[in-house]
Amino acid sequence: MLVSILHRVTGAGLSIVGLAVLTWWLTALAGGSDAYATFSKAAAHPVGIVVLVGLTWAFFQHLLSGIRHLVMDTGAGYELGINKRFAILTLVGSILLTAALWIYVLEYRR
Amino acid sequence: MSLGESATPLGRVRGLGSAREGGEHWLTERVTSIALLLLGVWLIASLLFLPALDQRTVLEWLHTPSAAVPMALLIIVSFRHALDGMKVVVDDYVHEPGNNFAVNLLLLFLAVGGGAIALFALARIAFGGAA
Repeated sequence: MLVSILHRVTGAGLSIVGLAVLTWWLTALAGGSDAYATFSKAAAHPVGIVVLVGLTWAFFQHLLSGIRHLVMDTGAGYELGINKRFAILTLVGSILLTAALWIYVLEYRR
Repeated sequence: MSLGESATPLGRVRGLGSAREGGEHWLTERVTSIALLLLGVWLIASLLFLPALDQRTVLEWLHTPSAAVPMALLIIVSFRHALDGMKVVVDDYVHEPGNNFAVNLLLLFLAVGGGAIALFALARIAFGGAA
């Protein structure tokens, strides 16, 4: 239930915020050094980092629950135990992947 | 989309269930999801493997066809997948036909417009002069 709702919420978030950031990033890249400096400044701001971490988590959560939905589309994984375990795995997996990515970025790439 | 035993032979040939449409939308959403699985992981991995994320480095990277082509695909497929997904959400919550049409039209314009802006920016980068 929670994972199904999260699939929608993360999907809507990625559609609106994620694609807006992607488009801003590309137009800033094409728009010259001032435009890119504005984008970089926003991305490095604490609020910007929270948004980017949120988008990364939303991406991994949507990706993993998306895989779960694709498996269930084949008719597999409806047994209560397996279904619940798979759902919990998407939550644990998305948090672990997000943490690993951002620890790497913030600790080793700065 | 399974029609089961209740479909007439003609209905089965046309692929029409009682909803008459939607099968293609459903399938497109899943096909684009698999493409985005690959393209999304590609983008994150590429950004992590770039030596830095300053403008010069990223422009040089997007100047190469091996980056520009997947990025173009990512833009097209992600805006399409977002449009398909948001339509499902809108159809679930906005029932009044007039409002439903208006919100879906707005979504379509946003997706096509946003995708065009992103693609145009990428084209400027990929086909532009030296970074």
